Amino acid sequence: MSAITSAPATRTPLQRTLRAFASSPLAMLGLAVLACIVALAVFAPWIAPQNPYDLMQLDIMDGQLPPGSQAATGMTYWLGTDEQGRDMLSAILYGLRISLLVGFCSAIAAAAIGTTLGLIAAYAGGRTDNAIMRFVDLQLSFPAILVALMILAFLGKGVGNVILALVIVEWAAYARTARASALVQRKKEYVEAALSYGSSPLRVLFRYLLPNCLPPLMVIVTVQVARAIALEATLSFLGLGVPVTEPSLGLLISNGYQHMLSGKFWISFYPGIALLITVVAINLIGDRLRDVLNPRNAD
Amino acid sequence: MISWLAKRVIQAVAVVLAMTVIVFIGVNVIGDPVAVLLPPDATQDERLRVIASFGLDRPLWEQYLSFLAGALRGDLGRSFVFSEPALSVILQRMPATLELAIAAMLLAVIVGVPLGLYAGVRPNSAGAKAVMAGSILGFSLPTFWVGLVMIMLFSVQLGWLPAGGRGETAEFLGVRWSFLTLDGLRHLALPALNLALFKISLVMRLVRAETREVVPQDYIRTARAKGLSEGSVIRTHVLKNTLIPVVTIVGLEFGSVIAFSVVTETIFSWPGMGKLIIDSIHLLDRPMIVAYLMVIVVLFVLINLIVDLLYTVLDPRVRLEN
Repeated sequence: MSAITSAPATRTPLQRTLRAFASSPLAMLGLAVLACIVALAVFAPWIAPQNPYDLMQLDIMDGQLPPGSQAATGMTYWLGTDEQGRDMLSAILYGLRISLLVGFCSAIAAAAIGTTLGLIAAYAGGRTDNAIMRFVDLQLSFPAILVALMILAFLGKGVGNVILALVIVEWAAYARTARASALVQRKKEYVEAALSYGSSPLRVLFRYLLPNCLPPLMVIVTVQVARAIALEATLSFLGLGVPVTEPSLGLLISNGYQHMLSGKFWISFYPGIALLITVVAINLIGDRLRDVLNPRNAD
Repeated sequence: MISWLAKRVIQAVAVVLAMTVIVFIGVNVIGDPVAVLLPPDATQDERLRVIASFGLDRPLWEQYLSFLAGALRGDLGRSFVFSEPALSVILQRMPATLELAIAAMLLAVIVGVPLGLYAGVRPNSAGAKAVMAGSILGFSLPTFWVGLVMIMLFSVQLGWLPAGGRGETAEFLGVRWSFLTLDGLRHLALPALNLALFKISLVMRLVRAETREVVPQDYIRTARAKGLSEGSVIRTHVLKNTLIPVVTIVGLEFGSVIAFSVVTETIFSWPGMGKLIIDSIHLLDRPMIVAYLMVIVVLFVLINLIVDLLYTVLDPRVRLEN
């Protein structure tokens, strides 16, 4: 068996997928942009011109300066300042950290929970399947924003609460996808073979079914990360998301909202651009993944 | 048909009941109802008195049953802020939200269907490609940020349209509406467009996909062969066949438009249910939150039921399968 799989001339499915993905310049652009954004967010404390939450570094006299203004210290505020004299560029870099953290954490946790439940539903069938899928249907019949709003109304603000709300909103999509592809895989001979030589159900689920259900799930993960980031921003904008001490992009936009009518657009506008670039980059990757991983498009 | 309908109604009632349990648990178990009713410096005596007077010392299932009994009579508690029954405050705000949602849905169809039809009939034209690229942007742009940019552009910079409020309203059927006055329409334009943007992209993509499936069909070739003009082929044969999925999506998305109006109403200070719930959450007006959630659940279940019904009427195959 190992002789067949390790034949040198053939490429593994993973290599083929990566090659197909790389053949789209737009998707590669998305990947490059996302890599830059993640790097900026991770290294924000070293890159940002100032620490926007160290009050010692802020000068209230520099409040609401338009982009390109000079500070008394000689530093240039490339994207302007907010009403407390905070450099918007630094605030955006720090805000990206929170937005990405919430987006990725919630997507990964929801993927783990949803996929497990979806696999169990497909494998067990019958009543278990029915019970799990009823919950999925109930969840999916209400829009995400409404469910998240409800949960945060009960729990109150906080990074942890937002992540929890997003996980509750998102798990159902994974469960449905995992179940659908696991139902197809379940009927295949390799599952029967694994069961017949005595593998435990748990081993069959995670060692055999899960890897074969991964392609559609990867598409969902990408889409859901983008959705989670956008939803978190919306919730924070409404004042229900992250607390003021840990401002995400959405909260920055919300802070600038009141200055919008007086023409001081930059406080809201640039965090919005950062949010937009992040979401579009992830969506470009997701679009390409969908094309590449869809078995109908395989040649 | 009758038994199908009965089954569907029972399902709907079950969903509403399940949601009453979830909302009840959310408010009384996860949240702390006593903390909201008392000032922070209340003594232990006051605390016990409040707990007893609101029946919070009774077992949870008993509290739930009395909550349910109240809900059935239309009594969802009194708003702390308005000192009025919460349900009636919400019902007063509902027309504004419905007006906004219907306007947005109309806009989505009026703009989305022709664009989608065009992109589907001429898929390789530059215009079609621009339309498709635009729809990706429509999906990626966060609604609330687009709203802000709209205010910045059309209200602050150009001064064409007002940035908030409902404007002048006129009375019709005992309710005040914005769309009946010119000033009201001017106020409605930006929020409706903001709310519609995502749905325009959705309708457009759907109609394009449907059109591309319909155009190669034999009956289209027949229509052309018998000498109909291109315009009348598209109008009578292509358009009509793309409309069934459009009707479904309009119905299904109507609920989501109402949900997302929370965001648009907040940005444009539109005095509807959505702005009300956000304000109530900030003011910790718990009866208001509970009432809003119950109203919205019933609204959603009703919408889903109506869509299912419409669907069986439009497409008899669905009914036969059940």
